[in-house]
Amino acid sequence: MMSGAEMVVRALTQVGVKHIFGYPGGAVLDIYDALFEANDIEHLLVRHEQAAAHMADGYARATGKVGTVLVTSGPGATNTITGIATAYMDSIPMVILSGQVPTSVIGEDAFQECDMVGCSRPVVKHSFLVKKAEDIPATIAKAYHIAATGRPGPVVVDLPKDIVNPKEKHPYVFPESVQMRSYNPNLKGHKGQIKKALQTLLAAKKPVLYIGGGAVAANCSELITAFAERLNLPVTNTLMGLGAFPGTHRQCLGMLGMHGTVEANKTMHNSDVIFALGARFDDRVTNNVQKFCPHATILHVDIDPTSISKTVSAHVPIVGSVEQVLSDMVEMLDNTGEQNDRQALATWWSEIETWRSTQCLTYQKSDKVIKPQQVVESLYKVTNGDAYVSSDVGQHQMFAALYYPFAKSRRWINSGGLGTMGFGLPAAMGVKVALPDSVSVCITGDGSIQMNIQELSTCLQYGIPVKIISLNNQALGMVRQWQDLIYEGRHSHSYMESLPDFVKLAEAYGHVGIRVSDPADLDAAMEKCFAMKDKLVFMDILVDQNEHVYPMQIKYGAMDEMLLSKTERT
Amino acid sequence: MRRILSVLLENEPGALSRIVGLFSQRGYNIESLTVAPTDDETLSRLTVITAGDNRVIEQITKQVNKLVDVLKVQDITEGEHIERELMLVKVKAENNEARGEMKRLSDIFRAQIVDVTPTTYVIQLVGTTSKLDAYIEATRTEAEILEVSRTGVTGLSRGEKSLRS
Repeated sequence: MMSGAEMVVRALTQVGVKHIFGYPGGAVLDIYDALFEANDIEHLLVRHEQAAAHMADGYARATGKVGTVLVTSGPGATNTITGIATAYMDSIPMVILSGQVPTSVIGEDAFQECDMVGCSRPVVKHSFLVKKAEDIPATIAKAYHIAATGRPGPVVVDLPKDIVNPKEKHPYVFPESVQMRSYNPNLKGHKGQIKKALQTLLAAKKPVLYIGGGAVAANCSELITAFAERLNLPVTNTLMGLGAFPGTHRQCLGMLGMHGTVEANKTMHNSDVIFALGARFDDRVTNNVQKFCPHATILHVDIDPTSISKTVSAHVPIVGSVEQVLSDMVEMLDNTGEQNDRQALATWWSEIETWRSTQCLTYQKSDKVIKPQQVVESLYKVTNGDAYVSSDVGQHQMFAALYYPFAKSRRWINSGGLGTMGFGLPAAMGVKVALPDSVSVCITGDGSIQMNIQELSTCLQYGIPVKIISLNNQALGMVRQWQDLIYEGRHSHSYMESLPDFVKLAEAYGHVGIRVSDPADLDAAMEKCFAMKDKLVFMDILVDQNEHVYPMQIKYGAMDEMLLSKTERT
Repeated sequence: MRRILSVLLENEPGALSRIVGLFSQRGYNIESLTVAPTDDETLSRLTVITAGDNRVIEQITKQVNKLVDVLKVQDITEGEHIERELMLVKVKAENNEARGEMKRLSDIFRAQIVDVTPTTYVIQLVGTTSKLDAYIEATRTEAEILEVSRTGVTGLSRGEKSLRS
């Protein structure tokens, strides 16, 4: 016999939870009291619940394990909504346990009452309002199962205070396995469709592999790499798929889309077959859907049927996990020994190389002012390209995505779908908690970092030595870039006036701050930062205020219509 | 194009709100919606009338199917099907002429008078949406309509095809 609060802790232990990111409050005090005794679970007290969700998110992205959040009712719960939406858009497995007012007063506008199931409904994979203590173990088991399987996503478990009452004891029954008649994600693709897709791909003269976040979720980088090498296919990764195919590989064309490389976007636009693996033809990839890749036959593998033919119709849709479908394809190739047209591929590659030779990521260095691209390159050098890089949202995010070629999956942690400023620092913390021996970096800007800067305090409390690389251009850079390009340079409210002294701020929080403004000092400062292994170092790097991110797709255009600099276009 | 979607879902609190929420969240249209438990009381069956081109309907079907509470979704307008709606109409029936006229009209439409007071009738009619619309049109010229309540459409596929768990 156990109380509901004890059941919560016991069930979390049984599903394998090792870390919880949370913040206590009235409705969850009984759960926190039960947690006080738990030896197998470490709880990290955050400074704002939104950050707890981002930490659990970063934790999940780096490891593939389900992240766990525990917050109180009302404001505690609503503060997590942005974090939940972030995880939902990027299909990140997460369970959010929220306190709720006692069932007897639900609906009476009680103190700190909020309909969490209702509030979070549009941004969760599923949610539960637990009505009886006996249901707690099975509900928690289901929540973790749903979060982690199929297309992963966040699941909310709302726990009214009366059902976790420590005075009332109930029998504890944890299910041996989770069976749900209404939830059985399909992993295995349709054999006939797979065969058809393979034949189309083999017959292609100008194929391209387009890899998205689904390939990261499926943990099958090696399989993808072997497949791409076998057929000598050009590969492009989405923002969410960076690292799923090594960015350092000869066949990698880099990121595609709005700020994609010339070679990636040109290859897509001119291809005759697009083989999409776990990507969703997002508007930041396709540009104008009407003009999207006019000659391409589209083979689309996704675990979520709703992602297929949502924006761009697939000619050969395959519902299944990237890993399973690709394994089946490899088996078919092994059995038949078929090859693709090597001659055609060679011609295709020579065309691609002419696009690649434009070296679209070249930028003008200066000896007066640090260029943001240069900072990312310096970071790449110092970390040997092997850091876990979390990012906030804006220009720095695109610079990181373009100038730090990720060789491995799960190294690039960013809010791709929702585009959440304030994500970077807590996400980097989540990574560091999950993988204490790793190098965890947050690339950020002077705007984004201030959206969750309070977590510097959490870092001190738990000794989480992440490195913060802030590209400080004293403006909301991406907003400003758009204002320069579209609004004739009218910089409406995109200045960050009266910025704090970030070095002093880092020091006030008990960390190390380093300011760099001279390009000549950059590499040395970067070395110094990473040499301090056990310290959180905040690098306040003053960068060129006028730099734009290029290439950039031209609005309403086709994929390959791009601005290449402030004066050139394709 | 008008479509009738039948949805089999867990008869659990919150399940309906997820469906309704999905429609509003993704900008899909709901013309009518009916829901009630089935012969298996752990399941509910929901019938929703929506509209859209093939692409939109395909997305709606997939999105609804993706909800964790949903077991099956079927677009019954794809094949032969039966659809029915129930309507209650309250009309003013104060004199013999109006009462007689309403009785005759109801007989023609095979509607039933289910409540009678000295001044009003409540008439029940079952049929397709267009039949119900036609009845309202016809009634308007004969009597004053006080109120109308319609259930929205429910439907089943003809023959052996069925939506079961």
